[in-house]
Amino acid sequence: MNESAIRRKGGANLRETVMHGVFFLCALASILAVALICIFLFANGIPAIKEIGLLDFLTGTTWKPGNDIYGILPMIVGSIYITAGAIIIGVPIGLLTAIFMAFYCPKRIYGILKPCTELLAGIPSIVYGFFGMVVIVPTVLEVAKLFGSKISSGSTILSASILLGIMILPTIIGVSEAALRAVPSSYYEGAVAMGARHERAVFSVMLPAAKSGVLAGIVLGVGRAIGETMAVIMVAGNQPRLTGDFLKGIRTMTANIVMEMGYASGLHREALIATGVVLFVFILLINLAFSVLKRRKDT
Amino acid sequence: MSENKIEIRGMNLHYGDFHALHDIDLDIKSNEITAFIGPSGCGKSTLLRSLNRMNDLVEGCRITGDIRLDGEDIYHDCDVNLLRKRVGMVFQKPNPFPMSIYDNIAYGPRTHGVKSRVQLDEIVERSLRGAAIWEETKDCLKKSALSMSGGQQQRICIARALAAEPEVLLMDEPTSALDPISTSKIEDLVLELKKDYTIVMVTHNMQQATRVSDTTAFFLLGEIVEVGDTEQLFSMPKDKRTEDYITGRFG
Repeated sequence: MNESAIRRKGGANLRETVMHGVFFLCALASILAVALICIFLFANGIPAIKEIGLLDFLTGTTWKPGNDIYGILPMIVGSIYITAGAIIIGVPIGLLTAIFMAFYCPKRIYGILKPCTELLAGIPSIVYGFFGMVVIVPTVLEVAKLFGSKISSGSTILSASILLGIMILPTIIGVSEAALRAVPSSYYEGAVAMGARHERAVFSVMLPAAKSGVLAGIVLGVGRAIGETMAVIMVAGNQPRLTGDFLKGIRTMTANIVMEMGYASGLHREALIATGVVLFVFILLINLAFSVLKRRKDT
Repeated sequence: MSENKIEIRGMNLHYGDFHALHDIDLDIKSNEITAFIGPSGCGKSTLLRSLNRMNDLVEGCRITGDIRLDGEDIYHDCDVNLLRKRVGMVFQKPNPFPMSIYDNIAYGPRTHGVKSRVQLDEIVERSLRGAAIWEETKDCLKKSALSMSGGQQQRICIARALAAEPEVLLMDEPTSALDPISTSKIEDLVLELKKDYTIVMVTHNMQQATRVSDTTAFFLLGEIVEVGDTEQLFSMPKDKRTEDYITGRFG
């Protein structure tokens, strides 16, 4: 009975080692997935970029696979336009919703509003696409005609921006609301104790204090918007052209890949994968921005 | 005799079903320091927060009776934001806003409509001097207030409260989160501020009450047991319960 009570038992030790290994393998799976995607994308995409020429590929304004002309600038610009449009529409609405939910909303309304915004996140993008086709596209067409525009289709940059603006709402609302709620209430008390009105305390103290979290939400929204495919194809018109007219159709990088991948072969196919590489680089940059913002919040 | 700045008559406060303050009658005199002492949960912070209506933020809080500031009822026919401008507050935990020292101090005046840069510069300097922290901050007004030490942050909060040009300053255990050196700086400062302001201070530290206050009110279970001249209350308490508390027999 003089066995030490604190000595490690062999069995427990082994079990810990095994579990440690299992956890490590699980953690490895996601790293492995990212690594494999990277390798696959770059291995298949880089040769095409080499053959076409990096400059011609990125800055070429003509996309004619039939003639072996692969310039994806219209698609890059298309993605940026639609994402910017989604931000212009989605950020003010989303941010104000988050502020309302965090500082103004009566409990009873909150009980309805919160699940609604969460549900918004769970709707499949194809359903959003249908909504866009059936509601947004015809409405944009009618309204544009009312203002004397001669467009024949409502599948436009504007329609896609509106739809994507709605789709990024749950991301922006969720992240911003969490950031606003994380601001210590002592800041709020300090502000009102000096005679600040509720609005002033919210907008001059609480919102600035949550700034980096709110920005992180916007960046995540950008990531979601730029990567969205299905819903965009259904409302954007998908013409690969450079245009500054938001009542014209446009094609995004994601749409480009999906629409042609089914029948593409040879260099055409590789050029589509290379489009994926460009998209991937965009997403990497956005994630980098997100983690920089998050780190700034933590310190 | 100095006149009464705040008069409280027959005041009762309920949090939902809980009767937190019973029949409070109290006069707070101009340019004096009044200390509230008593064990935790006895209602002293609650009463303090009633004086600038911070309890309005608490759901289910109900107040009856009369609280008058310079003879004006603060619960009826009163703009709560103007009241809070006149009755400033310093909290237990230093809570500077996450912005520059300058913007912290300028927050109050800006809230109340001061826009001129020259005027703001002047108020910021005066307030920081008033809170005895000008020398430490004059070269780094653009720095975040959060980068300062706890004691400095608390003096910045005092300066921020002074910048709104209040008449009364409520202090809710302003030194309980600070080390002894910062505490003594703040106590010196409070004694200095008495010249221009009426100060009400909640404290758990009875030595602090004897060091700084003119009048002390002893709270127990939501009632004021005894109010009086600080020296007298600590040397010759009239009530047995006060004596028990200040001699450390309970609490």
